[in-house]
This record gives sequence, C-alpha cells and structure tokens, in this order.
Amino acid sequence: MTASSAPVSPWPARLRGLAGALISLALTLLGLLFVTFIISRVVPIDPVLSIMGQRASDAQIEEARVALGLDKPLWHQFLIYVGNMLRGDLGTSIGSGEPVLQAVARVFPATLELATLATIFGVLAGVPAGVLAATRPGSLADHLVRLVGLMGYSMPVFWLGLIGLLLFYGILGWVGGPGRLDALYDMQFQFEVTPVTGMILLDTALAGKWDMFANAFSHIVLPAALLGYVSMAYISRMTRSFMMNELGQEYITTARVKGMPEWRVIWVHAMRNVLVPLITVIALSYAYLLEGSVLTETIFAWPGLGSYITEALGRNDMPAVLGGTVVVGVAFITLNLVSDLLYRLVDPRAR
Amino acid sequence: MFLSPILRHAGVAATAALMLGTAPGVLLAETPPDTLVIADAIDDIVSLDPHEAYEFSGLDVVNNVYDGLVELDPSQPTGPQPGLAESWSVSEDGMTFTFKMKPGITFSSGNPVTAADAAYSLQRAVKINKSPAFILNQFGWTAENVDQMVTADGDTVVLKTDKAYAPTFLYNCLTAGVASIVDMKTVMEHDANGDMGNEWLKTNSAGTGAYVLKSYKPNEGYILEARAGHWRGDAAMKAVFMRHVPEAATQRLLLEKGDIDIARELTPVDIEGITGNADLKIQKDVGGQIFYLSFNQKNELYKNQKFLEAMRYAIDYQGLAETVLKGSMVPHQAFLPNGYLGALEDTPFSFDVEKAKALLAESGVTAPKIVMDVRNATDRMEMAQSIQNTFGQAGITVELNIGEGAEQLKRYRARQHDATLQSWGPDYPDPQTNAGSFAWNDNNADDASTGTLAWRNSYDPGPLNDMTAAAVMERDGDKRAAMYRDLQEQHRTTSPFIVMFQIGYNSAMRGNVSNFFTGGAIDSAAYWLVTK
Repeated sequence: MTASSAPVSPWPARLRGLAGALISLALTLLGLLFVTFIISRVVPIDPVLSIMGQRASDAQIEEARVALGLDKPLWHQFLIYVGNMLRGDLGTSIGSGEPVLQAVARVFPATLELATLATIFGVLAGVPAGVLAATRPGSLADHLVRLVGLMGYSMPVFWLGLIGLLLFYGILGWVGGPGRLDALYDMQFQFEVTPVTGMILLDTALAGKWDMFANAFSHIVLPAALLGYVSMAYISRMTRSFMMNELGQEYITTARVKGMPEWRVIWVHAMRNVLVPLITVIALSYAYLLEGSVLTETIFAWPGLGSYITEALGRNDMPAVLGGTVVVGVAFITLNLVSDLLYRLVDPRAR
Repeated sequence: MFLSPILRHAGVAATAALMLGTAPGVLLAETPPDTLVIADAIDDIVSLDPHEAYEFSGLDVVNNVYDGLVELDPSQPTGPQPGLAESWSVSEDGMTFTFKMKPGITFSSGNPVTAADAAYSLQRAVKINKSPAFILNQFGWTAENVDQMVTADGDTVVLKTDKAYAPTFLYNCLTAGVASIVDMKTVMEHDANGDMGNEWLKTNSAGTGAYVLKSYKPNEGYILEARAGHWRGDAAMKAVFMRHVPEAATQRLLLEKGDIDIARELTPVDIEGITGNADLKIQKDVGGQIFYLSFNQKNELYKNQKFLEAMRYAIDYQGLAETVLKGSMVPHQAFLPNGYLGALEDTPFSFDVEKAKALLAESGVTAPKIVMDVRNATDRMEMAQSIQNTFGQAGITVELNIGEGAEQLKRYRARQHDATLQSWGPDYPDPQTNAGSFAWNDNNADDASTGTLAWRNSYDPGPLNDMTAAAVMERDGDKRAAMYRDLQEQHRTTSPFIVMFQIGYNSAMRGNVSNFFTGGAIDSAAYWLVTK
C-alpha cells in the first residue's frame, strides 16, 4: 500500500510542482501585503496626528504627512510599499525611529524559542495522548484525553497564564518568574554572553554557562508548557482521529495476524501513515504559536514579536504593526511550504 | 503494549530531567543587595540622547546619567540648585546670564568638564532640533544664532537671551533634560554624517551623572552602572536594572516574590491588593499631568459665567478620586500642577447639587444639553460617566461621544468639539508651560495658527493674555509666583476650563527600599539616593 510504483519521469513533474509552489507562494505574499496595506489605510486613526500629538502646529503636521508619503494616491503608496518590502525594508517605527527589520530581528528569536519549545512539548504530549485515546476508544483514558484537550481549547490563554504564574511561580515557587532570566543572570548574560542566535537557551549552552541555562529554562518552562498545552489539545485530537482511521485499515489487520507486536503495529506501521497529515497539523499549530502567543508574551514579560506588535498597536505605530504582521505572515507561508516539502518526503505517493 | 519498552524508559528520564530543571534550588529569591531592580513600562522611550529624549521613561535615564548647569534637588524639587555650575548671575538689562563652572568634575570618559562642553551641549540641543528643542528656542536661540547666544569664556558660560525674560524662567528651563551637559569630545568622536553623535547617543551615554548607561534594549530594559568617585558621592546602588514589564499584575507578582525592588505601574486595584503586606510599602506622589473639562465657546452657552459656575459645583471631585480613581488621581483645581512655581493647592469647588441647581436657575439657561468627547480609555470613561450622572442631578444633560484618542484630538484641534474631557502634561518645569497654553490666545480667528488650548476652545482670555505675558518677564521670583496665583484664580472662575485632577503616582516597593524619588510633577526619577 505504502510503496507505489516509480513514476516514469520524476523530474519534470517535480519541477512543475516546485514552480507551481513558488508561484502560489508569490501570490500569497502579494495578497498578504495587499491586505495589510489596506488595513493600515482603512483604520480610522490618523497616523500623522498620533505621532505628532498635542503640540505640533498644522504646518508641522502637513510636513510630516508629506515626509511619510501619505499625500500620494493610494495605488502609488501601495507600489512604494511593495517595492520597499521586496528590498527587505519593512519601514521605520514611528515611535522609536528604529528600522522595523532590525527590531524584528531582535525580538523574533525570543518568540521562536518559546514557540519551538511549546511545540516540542505539544508534540511530546499530544501524539502519545492521541495514540493512547485511539487505541482504547471509549475507555477512561480516551475520555480523559478528550476532557484535557477540551480544556486546552476553551480556556483563554491569558487567564491560564495568570493562574499558572500565580500557582507555579507565586505560590509553589517551582519555576522562574516573568522575563527570560532572573535579574542577576539577565545582567550577567548581557555582559558575559555574546548572543549568537538570540535564543537564550541556545546562547547560554553555546557559551557553556550552564547555571544561566538552568535559570533560563526555569523561566521558559511555564509559558512554553502553557502554550504547549494549547497545541497539545489540538494535536492529540487530530492524532486520535488519524490513528483511528489507520487502525481500521486492512494492512493493520494483516500485520496483527502475522503476529507483530502491538507497539510495532502502532508506532511503525500505522504511525508512518498518520505522520503524513500530522505534519501539516503540527506545522500549523507551530505557526499559530508564532503569532498567537501575544497575550502570553505580555503576561510573562517576554520580549518577543507578540509583545512588540501589541505595544506598537497601543501607540498607533502602524509601520511597526504592519512590519511585524508581514513577518508573521511570511513565517506562516514558510512553515506551510516546509510542511508541504516534508509531506512529499514522508508520503511516497507525493514523490 | 502501547509504548515500546525503550520509549517508556526515555519518557521517565525526560520527565525526571524536566523536574530537575525546574527545581526551586536553581532560583534566586532576592535581588542582589547593591543592585536596584525596577519594573516599569518603558516602551515610551524614543531615544536616550538627552537632547532628544522627551518621554517619561527616557527622561528618567537622562536624569541619572547627565547633569545640567542647574538642577532640582530630587528630595525637595522646589527651585534650581547648583549643578555643574557653582554660581550664576544676571546682567543689569536682564539679557545676559553668566554661569561659573564647578572645578574638578569629570565625565564618565575621564575627560574634565569645561565651560566649552556646556556651551557645546546647549548649542547641540538647539542644532539637532529634536522634540524638546523648543524649550530652548523660547529664549530666541535658533540653529543660526545659537553659537553667538551661547558662548564659553574661560571657566564661565555666557547665555544671551533675545528679551529680558524672568530669570527663573531660564533657570527652570535649564533644569530640563534638554539642557543636559554632554562630553563634547566623546560625542564628536561619534559624529556620523554630521548628526552630532545623535545616533550613537540614542543608546550610549557621555555624561557626568551618578550612573553610566551600560546597556539598553528597547522593550526589554536597561542597565545603569554607578560611577566610582562621583562628585555627588558614591551611589549606594552599584547597578540599576530596569525591566520592561508592561502588565501590572505581572509587576505585582514579581514584587511580592522579591524578584524586583520597585514596581512603578501598578493599578489602583493592585495597590489595594498589596496594602497590608508587611514586606511591601507604597509611596504616593503626584505627577505633572492634569485632567480637565473644556467647553468650546463657539457655543454661546459656554460664555454664560453662571452656567460655567453651575458646572463647577456639579462634579464629585472627592468621590471620584476616592472610589472610581482610587488614588490614581487627586483633586486639583488650577492649571499649574502642585510642585510648580505659583501652584494653587486649594480646592474651592466641591460637589453641591443644590448650589449647582441654583446657579443654573440664575444663569437663565433651560434644559441645557452638552455633547462631551471622551477618549476610549477606561479611567476616562468612568470619569465621564460619573460627570454625566452628577451633571444630570443638577439638571444638565450630557451625551458622551466616546472615540479613539487621535481622532478626538483631531476634532479638538479643529475646534469641532462641543465639550471634551482631556488631559495635559506640562512640557518643562516652568509655569509658563501651562500658562502659555491655558491662558494665552492672542488671535481667536478660526484660521489663526495659535493652537493653544485657549484657542482650541475659542476662548479669548482678554486681560489674562497680558497677565500671562507679564508673568514670564517678571524678574522678581516671589512676585512672579504671586502673579501666577492671581492668574489662576481668575482663570478658574472665568474660563471655559474646569481643571479637576492631577495624576497620582503609586510606587510600590520592598520594605527595605528607601529614598526613591520619582521627581513628582516637575522632575524625573533619581536612583543615586536609593538605599536598601
């Protein structure tokens, strides 16, 4: 079932597929830019006034409007916008005057680190839970997995974050508090470690500062576990349904009849096929964490992309908001592409 | 059955590793004894160049890293004290000021502080022309003439002004961050394309303050390191670590756990929550921001003095401050915040429905209706709802027009509002900053470019214009203060403004922290006096 006969001429088909993927990628990007641009122009906020505030004279305001290119027709502004984006110029933050690309490069690793760890937690917990539920449908374990998953779906992350912080940091003292490190370690980190990746766990490990690494881990473990919980809820549900589907197939029965150990039937034979759709699920939930951790980042004082965009929004700093949004969009599209490629790798039929 | 035996063992090992990693032993419970750790929302920082910084958080850094010719005493910020200048004098005609530099002071680079540094700094602030430059422009200093108006002569700096302003006006403005003295040599070494080191100074420091800026990461925090052998004496806190923590609930938790020493952005609810915690204390201050109602006199209704007076008695100042605002604001009824030269501390108006009704009857206005613009922020909407309620009790109908801040500002600036609930923060530590806006409008035409708050409300201050103009020129400091008191007395009983509140600061800190000064209404935070 899994191995199909080799295609007659794989290359042209593969190239065609790649070209198609690239074209759809370009169109998606253009669409993303169009939507963000339109949003920035229809919001009922005068970008100039929000920068200049109470004091500026009318002449100064007009001057700023021209400087920002806001006096040009909309289509012209859009062309300039796309042109800038293609050159990697995400604009300049109105508030800080810092290029958005530079700011994003600084804050994105923090989000990436959090989302990656959360996804690892989510997969490590979600896949076995889903498999467990699928192999014992209707059992207590199945109901438990469903209940835990449902809670993950329905509880607001904001609330979970606050309660988690209060319980595990405030009362029990098991984990580090908000922020990426304790104050003392944070200061040492800034002076003693040269950031390579911007991800503290990696940077401290690379520098061999294991006490700092442990401290960083104690800080990231709670927000990552909470976000991981949310993605686990999704992953376990999907794993369960994919696995149920596979376990009903003939090849599984055949394998069992041949006397193969059950764990091999599940984890090797069935899992190989479950993995195909599961990769897309995991990639999507990973992408969701990259943009969806906004509230978690605020509560945990996590200096990532989510906090950056939220705070920019609070200041009506549209270039920063849009630049951040575009980066999230690109991350989404990239992950989609990666899951597409992995899908081809794992599923021989897609080769 | 369900797991392979190998996986099962790996799972146990992973769980054990996780638990070890989060064991309490790895955590530090307290902040280091010689380090001050503060949590605040500092995303308002635009630049740490002292001649560009113009936001609360940025000015806090500037205050600790730089000094001016004259300074405010953080514990008693009443009037200018010697800073880098040891003495000063003003010429007979009142247009030339001479400052004698203190000897023996060095910048953090080790370079000695000279009069040339001081002159260069003031020239630089005018030339790079960033937001706060207008504070110095008021003395007739422009990019073209500032090299002649501000000069160094041996160990003195000579400042010339275009008119004989009140000397206190100049001294007060020189205490602002924009008048900070920078290390000319170091700054010029970092000049890039003629920016006078602006790009470099945004994230570095070159001053004489008690601290040196060691690191600044936007939206994350900054670290200040104390200078050994500082001219003011060594600071007890060898380092100050500011963490950007936007969420008040998170700040509170950090403070309760002892992971920070001071939390500066707690909400009234959080303050209430920690009251009674023996490990913590709360320090109350006032800031410079004031909250007011104003009425557009294009509507003839708001020229009726009795009607205006009726409204002044139809606001529950005390009740609002205590219940809704819970100490985040204190009643204040004149346009100069407490802490300013000439501020009026009394509150002559109180909530009195009967008196308001009687005044309304006297005014001859029947069934008045007000449309009030209010920004969509929680505290403002709550304030507006209370006003709507108490005005209603007095027989005045209020319709609230709630909207986004920038849009409301647009209407206000275009004189399109009927009434509005607004706030105003002073620009520099001299009474002229507010007098020049609340009580000054020399051209009430729609196309005039005056732009002052008086103009926005189509308010012609009449004789108050002359009083404002005279006060900024008065050379006797005491007389000048009296003039502002008189000006405000008249303003609060005749203008279409009702000043209601001054913002309160609630700084919560660990019990062992002492001598932390926020700077109140006219200055910024001082870290060098803090002990714990």
